[in-house]
Amino acid sequence: MQALIINILLGFVVVLALGLLIWSLNSSSNMTKKQLKVLWRIFLAAAMLLILELIPASFFAPLDNVFEGLSFIVVLILYLIDYLIIGYDILLKAFKGIKNGQVFDECFLMAVATLGALALALYDRSGDYTEAIAVMLFYQIGEWFQSYAVGKSRRNISELMDIRPDYANVLREDKISRVDPDEVQIGEIIVVNPGEKVPIDGKVIEGESTLNTSALTGESLPRDIVVGDEITSGCINMTGVLKIQTTKEFGESTVSKILDLVENAGSRKSKSEDFISKFARIYTPAVCISALLLALIPPLFNLLFLHAPADWHIWVYRALTFLVISCPCALVISIPLSFFAGIGGAGKAGILIKGSNYLETLSKTEIVMFDKTGTLTQGVFVVSDIHHNIMEKEKLLEYAALVESSSSHPISKSLIKAYGKEIDQKRVSDIKELSGNGVIAKVDGLEVAAGNDKLMAKLGIEHIECHSVGTIIHMAIDGKYAGHIVIADVLKANAEKAIAALKKAGIKKTVMLTGDRKNVAEKVAADLKIDEVYSELMPSDKVAKVEEFMEKKSARAKLAFVGDGINDAPVLRRADIGIAMGAMGSDAAIEAADVVLMDDDPLKIAKAVNISRKCLRIVYQNIVFAIGIKLICLILGMLGIANMWLAIFADVGVMVIAVLNAIRALFVDKL
Amino acid sequence: MKKTYKIDVDCANCANKMEEAARKTEGVKDAVVNFMALKMNVEFEEGQDPHKVMEEVYKNCKKVEDDCIIYIK
Repeated sequence: MQALIINILLGFVVVLALGLLIWSLNSSSNMTKKQLKVLWRIFLAAAMLLILELIPASFFAPLDNVFEGLSFIVVLILYLIDYLIIGYDILLKAFKGIKNGQVFDECFLMAVATLGALALALYDRSGDYTEAIAVMLFYQIGEWFQSYAVGKSRRNISELMDIRPDYANVLREDKISRVDPDEVQIGEIIVVNPGEKVPIDGKVIEGESTLNTSALTGESLPRDIVVGDEITSGCINMTGVLKIQTTKEFGESTVSKILDLVENAGSRKSKSEDFISKFARIYTPAVCISALLLALIPPLFNLLFLHAPADWHIWVYRALTFLVISCPCALVISIPLSFFAGIGGAGKAGILIKGSNYLETLSKTEIVMFDKTGTLTQGVFVVSDIHHNIMEKEKLLEYAALVESSSSHPISKSLIKAYGKEIDQKRVSDIKELSGNGVIAKVDGLEVAAGNDKLMAKLGIEHIECHSVGTIIHMAIDGKYAGHIVIADVLKANAEKAIAALKKAGIKKTVMLTGDRKNVAEKVAADLKIDEVYSELMPSDKVAKVEEFMEKKSARAKLAFVGDGINDAPVLRRADIGIAMGAMGSDAAIEAADVVLMDDDPLKIAKAVNISRKCLRIVYQNIVFAIGIKLICLILGMLGIANMWLAIFADVGVMVIAVLNAIRALFVDKL
Repeated sequence: MKKTYKIDVDCANCANKMEEAARKTEGVKDAVVNFMALKMNVEFEEGQDPHKVMEEVYKNCKKVEDDCIIYIK
């Protein structure tokens, strides 16, 4: 019965290997030379083993007529050849391992287990060499599968992140030359043809087109771009020729930053990964020592105390079975692979996660704190009204725009936009930016202050409260109150859904922190159904608030902060997890954050949490499953229930299942 | 000083071993091997010549895993 199962199994391996070999001729298989070579060896060894199994013993019997025992030797040699075909590299590596003092090298252990099994077969004169060869064969199959699966997912993920531009077409002295993106200076003009990647961040100065931003944002909808628009590197130009004036060097451009981020993602290891590498470090020696004890103690015990036969070969066999299970490969590969796939899947959805440790922390998030402007609202402010103005509205707006002309705050931008005319920087001097309050500057020699009520209070200027909901910019010119400008922000389309999705994902508390006024903040919070809101906060207050929440929460629960502005950087760093809005967020925020949402969609926060949970679930499944099966096999092996066959199947099987399970983390579309 | 090197190695456990070997090399403050990205990030101690240290790292890695390559530029 067992012989039949073995033959069917070997037949299956032969057919499968042959199929894969034929498939490897197809260029899409992407097999490396090394993999192809091992595949050939698997095929040959399995085929030869199957033939040797199928040949009846009587076939070699006539050889015994030449001299007694010749058939035995011939069969042994044939099996040994087969053993060497499949295992020569393992033996070689094992030998090198011993030379370098690496006793616990898995090649060495595999070699000991299989050579031991061969020796036992010789000792018993059973002629059952199949087991040793099969162990080697399936070990190689497992390694091959692992190598192929890892290579494949590695390629998949790097294709996802295939945003690196190879060249830039730079316009110099009326000639277009193709250069390395690194060589392009700030302010030079580059030309991007349809189908090409935008290599460097810049501003469009000629042409219009649609952009495919999917590699960056996961958003499949193309984006239109016209003259004057800022353009982000990494997008693919789809329709028209664009002339772009660069605003950054290649190294500082979005695409370089993202690549840098992705490539270094793996260097921050999660606790689970650390646990597994530590576990692997003790697991192998522990199993080996147990194997040694198993081979020595029971027989000696039998001999010395029970005066029974030692049964050496039974116990040595069981010890060898231990060695087969001693390789921690399934575990060691599946955990980083799960994280890698999770980070890759998130990247595909436009969520950049800077390391597997952050993925792990993200999965434990219970409190999410938000910045308001640019995170939940579009940050595109529109001047909606001007009240109590002592001069013409246009004139007041002109002063406001001039004062705020050097600030990058979204409110300043909206003022400049509302003014709509060219700004003459020469008219402005002595700009003092008071973080959280406003700006004071000299315009045409007059002191102009623009900011909130706190600024007015600070300057000792009486101001008129406004009843409109929105951001109020009070203006004082030459020490006199000059009216206020109402600026309203628009909620992001998905903001409400985002909060609901977070609740659904099991986030216990949502909190909004904002520097904005109380009535605006509370209206937004009520519209979005946010649990708690703290308004009129200075940047330092935000840090204090986050710290307050961090102290209150339990140690296990993690706190995430989502923000975008420059003043959010300290808060992003302080929180357990900092999530930055990417495309619109400032560079400082992206650098300080642990997770970057490329398309600024708040709905992605819940998605990121779900991705992290799925990934961690897979990681735990793999840890429990792999360690569990190994322990069961060790116990069964010790009792003599599991033989080497079962041991190698358990080992390879666990690995295959764990690797396939790990790859599941790559699929994040439905989360 | 920190540097990143491209590596080539077959199995995850071997990568772990390389990391261990690199960390123990003199002149290396810390080393992280990222098996999935096939990269080794090495942080050198002050005043060490990275190239020389990396040659030692490579030697040590070869000892624990013969089948590995570190691309030292």
